[in-house]
Amino acid sequence: MTQYEPVIGLEVHAEMLTESKMFCACPVVDSTEAPPNTTVCPVCTAQPGVLPVINRQAVEYGIKVGLALNCTINEFNQFARKSYFYPDLPKGYQISQYEHPLASNGWLDIDVDDETRRIGITRAHLEEDTGKNIHMGSSSLVDLNRAGVPLLEIVSEPDMRSVEEVEAYARKLRAILVYLGVNHGDMSKGVLRFEANISVRPTGSDEMNTRTEIKNLNSIRSLVRASQYEIARQIKLVESGGQVIQQTMGFNEESGKTTVQRSKEYADDYRYFPEPDLPPLNIDRAWVAAIEKTLPELPDAKRERFIDELGLSVQDAGVLVADKATAEYFEAALKADVDAKTVANWVTGELFRLMNAAGVEIEQVKVTPEALVDLIKLVEAETINNNTAKEVLEAMFETGHSAGEIVKEQGLAQISDSSALEAIIEQVLEANPEPVEKYLGGKEGLFGWLVGQVMKETRGQANATVVNQIMRERLEGMRKA
Amino acid sequence: MTLSLEQVTHIAELARLALTDEEKERFRDQLSAILDYAARLQEIDTSAIPPMANVLPVDTVMRDDVARLGLPPEQILANSPDQEDNMFRVPVILE
Repeated sequence: MTQYEPVIGLEVHAEMLTESKMFCACPVVDSTEAPPNTTVCPVCTAQPGVLPVINRQAVEYGIKVGLALNCTINEFNQFARKSYFYPDLPKGYQISQYEHPLASNGWLDIDVDDETRRIGITRAHLEEDTGKNIHMGSSSLVDLNRAGVPLLEIVSEPDMRSVEEVEAYARKLRAILVYLGVNHGDMSKGVLRFEANISVRPTGSDEMNTRTEIKNLNSIRSLVRASQYEIARQIKLVESGGQVIQQTMGFNEESGKTTVQRSKEYADDYRYFPEPDLPPLNIDRAWVAAIEKTLPELPDAKRERFIDELGLSVQDAGVLVADKATAEYFEAALKADVDAKTVANWVTGELFRLMNAAGVEIEQVKVTPEALVDLIKLVEAETINNNTAKEVLEAMFETGHSAGEIVKEQGLAQISDSSALEAIIEQVLEANPEPVEKYLGGKEGLFGWLVGQVMKETRGQANATVVNQIMRERLEGMRKA
Repeated sequence: MTLSLEQVTHIAELARLALTDEEKERFRDQLSAILDYAARLQEIDTSAIPPMANVLPVDTVMRDDVARLGLPPEQILANSPDQEDNMFRVPVILE
């Protein structure tokens, strides 16, 4: 039976975090929270006689993204009108770029199953966002706060061959936008939206078959679910002798299904033409060079450095750089004189576990990087052992108190004093004559059990190294006697 | 060149115009005549001339990214035929 593979390209719409809109001075606000129509003006509501003026910062952000995605930044830029009617688009056209985009011909490397794949970036162009429609049943309400917010559309080549690659691409691109400081990556605010172009073909073939386009995917989870469904739908259709029709689909979150929105022949008749209200935009090479110098260390470079210079595992380094805030947290901790691998273990292990359980992001964590280092120092000084430290971290996570405070309050300091431990060990040996006898008779495995009893007696606070040593000496003494 | 009735219907749909059959015929003739007139430009050889993007002798006009409040909702909504909760009310949108 024929095996099929998907061929997927993504269009990502990313709002640029400027102060003002793309073509007017209206403030860019959180469109999910601002009162409706409070950041609007004659330009972004398309009153007669107004003219757009390009926001320099938006262009600079677009150039940053283009450079980070290894694109050519085009010298000649021209905005274009994309005409269609929709109530959230006051002008009846969107100012976008068509034949002369800001950036083109780049790539983005993604990692899936320990393999790196290079996904081509066709182009990245600037445009303006639309307003928002609130559907009320018998009518719709329109809020234009978002209309005119700078938007960068990043279009990939149809280079992805699995849903895993789609997810990796989306996450990587999101991380880069956040690292660059051009987008905050919070998809619940609608600042990052996806469209997937999907077709299927027999695995290994190089034919390009008819594709469908799934619009308005507002989270990576929706992108993944919609892609899975659409791939399965197309394969089933082709296997039963049917043909995929080129059309625009929507994704229904509740049913998890893609549904036809409109057929392509009308939808694509946008009648692009050069925007007469905006003169051409020439991008000065010196400007691009200056912007290139301001690019921060990006996830891939950071990961390499974490592996090469700090000796982290590929796995740990990958997890730490995947989110900018996590990487910053980790690096803030390293400002102290502390072992990088130990910090990495604490962050990717216990801290992540606590964050997942509480459902919080690293920005909300009450344990500062400095406080985490203090905890690690207490372990290094053998004031507490590793297991106690996990409990202390949990308390720090909940209360925001320092490790020292918690150890003191709860009397958790490790017992390293050998005379105190000797007494407890003696007690344990007396209380458990049978296991002791079996151990002496050759059941070596019981050693750990006996040590465990001591830890239990001391509520885990005994210094395990000291306990091991004394216990060993004591039992050997009994053997000889 | 004469436009087909399908082309006229398509253009009308793009412009959200509802035309009667009689109007479609009439506009077909009128549009065809306009296009024929404009088509005379095609006779000129422009292969060596770069497309003109703008009639003004300026380029690369940008403004600083400084935010300034525009108009209050009442004013922006003042000319709207219908509104609710400071939003424009429009007929229900069907995808």
